Amino acid sequence: MPASEAVTVPEAPPTTPAATAPVRSSGGTAAWLRFLRSELRLILSRRRNQAGLGVLAALPVVMAIAVKIAAPDSQGGGEDFLASIVGNGFFVALAALSVEIGLFLPLAMAMLAGDAIAGEAQIGTLRGLLVVPVGRTRLLATKYAGLVIGGLIGVLVVVLAGLAAGGALFGLHGVVTLSGTTLPLAEGLGRLALAGLYVGAFLAALAAIGLFISTLTEQPLGATVALALTSTTMWILDAIPQLDWLHPWLLVHRQLAFTDLLRDPVYWPQMRDGLLVDLAYVVVFGLAAWARFADKDVSG
Amino acid sequence: MTPALATAGLTKRFGAQTAVDGIDIDVPAGSVYGFLGPNGSGKTTTIRMVLGLVRPTSGTVNLLGEPMPSGLGAVLPRVGALVEGPAFHPYLSGRANLARLDAADHLADPRTSRRRIDTALDRVGLLHAAAKRYRAYSLGMRQRLGIAAALLVPRDMLVLDEPTNGLDPQGTREVRQLVASLGDEGVTVLVSSHLLSEVEQISTHVGVMRLGKLVAQGAIDELRAARRASAVVVTPDGSLAAATLATCGLTEVQVSDEGATGLLDEVAPESVVAALVGAGVAVREFVVRRPRLEDLFIELTGEGFDAGE
Repeated sequence: MPASEAVTVPEAPPTTPAATAPVRSSGGTAAWLRFLRSELRLILSRRRNQAGLGVLAALPVVMAIAVKIAAPDSQGGGEDFLASIVGNGFFVALAALSVEIGLFLPLAMAMLAGDAIAGEAQIGTLRGLLVVPVGRTRLLATKYAGLVIGGLIGVLVVVLAGLAAGGALFGLHGVVTLSGTTLPLAEGLGRLALAGLYVGAFLAALAAIGLFISTLTEQPLGATVALALTSTTMWILDAIPQLDWLHPWLLVHRQLAFTDLLRDPVYWPQMRDGLLVDLAYVVVFGLAAWARFADKDVSG
Repeated sequence: MTPALATAGLTKRFGAQTAVDGIDIDVPAGSVYGFLGPNGSGKTTTIRMVLGLVRPTSGTVNLLGEPMPSGLGAVLPRVGALVEGPAFHPYLSGRANLARLDAADHLADPRTSRRRIDTALDRVGLLHAAAKRYRAYSLGMRQRLGIAAALLVPRDMLVLDEPTNGLDPQGTREVRQLVASLGDEGVTVLVSSHLLSEVEQISTHVGVMRLGKLVAQGAIDELRAARRASAVVVTPDGSLAAATLATCGLTEVQVSDEGATGLLDEVAPESVVAALVGAGVAVREFVVRRPRLEDLFIELTGEGFDAGE
């Protein structure tokens, strides 16, 4: 190599050929988890997402304070969670979930989904990941897992903020069910956890749609807006009685059915159907995202 | 020897536009291959196809003995790549960005991650800025972080797309030295540039792209040897000198303002000098001029090497 004879870099450490290098691990499940942890760290370290969690947490606090100020003496009861709050802070969490499921939680998912593929494509890090190499299916699966966990974290924040605010202002007591019986607080919290998981399943279905949209564009904001519009449109369609033939197929139609967890015994059919619809959306849009992404030219 | 990279009839069309038009690249193992061409000549699209980011319209890619993109999972761990400039998360530090890429590599050993990241950062001279956010990096630092990412694990081959883009002369020199040192270690390097001067010193082989076609390729010494050397004599005795040059066997002899010139080809310069002096020509200067490779590339790529710069 006569062209390089003039160049010497004495401080450069020699590298070993890749084939015999000791830096290689065997991959497997541990490697998957490592990448997933990295993905979650990426999501959680982003200031905008931290602020988003703050907003999610603020709403139950605001609700609790508003109820406290508006009706300091009135007694709780009835089927309305907001009215029940006065008697039991437990209901702040449930009321917050049912309010945030309409816009705040889907919007949070839309932000995460926009970042997932479109965001990485926009700043160019997608090509960096693909040449590492990260297999496209593996990347998509990790991104999806990150979205689902991100959604669950959002739900958890809402529930915990609701319990904290409600507990502080109204105390936490045994839960009076919609059927009139009273559950011990521990069992009530168990039902609340199930409600959170049910909402998490809804967000997981939304995440599948979002992931698909995210593979279509290199504009994260566009993907975010598209998913937020999709979710909002479904809520609107669900509110139009003339479209009742469509309602069973809407992702959002049975999402407030988690209130059935507060019947005694729990009334499952609505939630079962809701979960099946969630699953259908996950399968359809998950496959669509995969079909789109597996073959896509990455030239961003 | 098996080539590190071989493409056959590699073509990419975007709609009606043909970005890469049936090229046959041959990068010998262990070579430093300068992949040259003006901006927009199809270098980056070619590199994207080689790395499996973009699917060829037709043609084949064989990278380190495996067909691409089907052999991607087996081959790319052995290849470090910087494609179309550095791209990282702006709000993460340089080190955190590398940690993310290392975590994405399912073959990388997490126990040695920290050490390998610091070694890579050190090698490109970024260790002092490891904790700084990428957003605060200068363009040169960004390029170097991109190269560090390619060096996280030992590689058999490096593909560096315009690694000196946007660097100041000092930074360009550092990157050149780094690439040369990697080449010396036996790593095959494909380094693209729109400036010949940036890779000429370190390349053993070059390929030249123009308008999507590979217009020249080969060992740099062969390309250089193919250029014909000329002799330039500075003297007041122009016509006498020209006659002597012709006698010595030089071709295309011309009398110039300052003396005479002619193509040397196989004629030994020292014999020409002796003949000139013997003929009584008052020689003030005698220069053997080998055309620079740059001239060849300007010829090959038409309108000058880079219309933009």
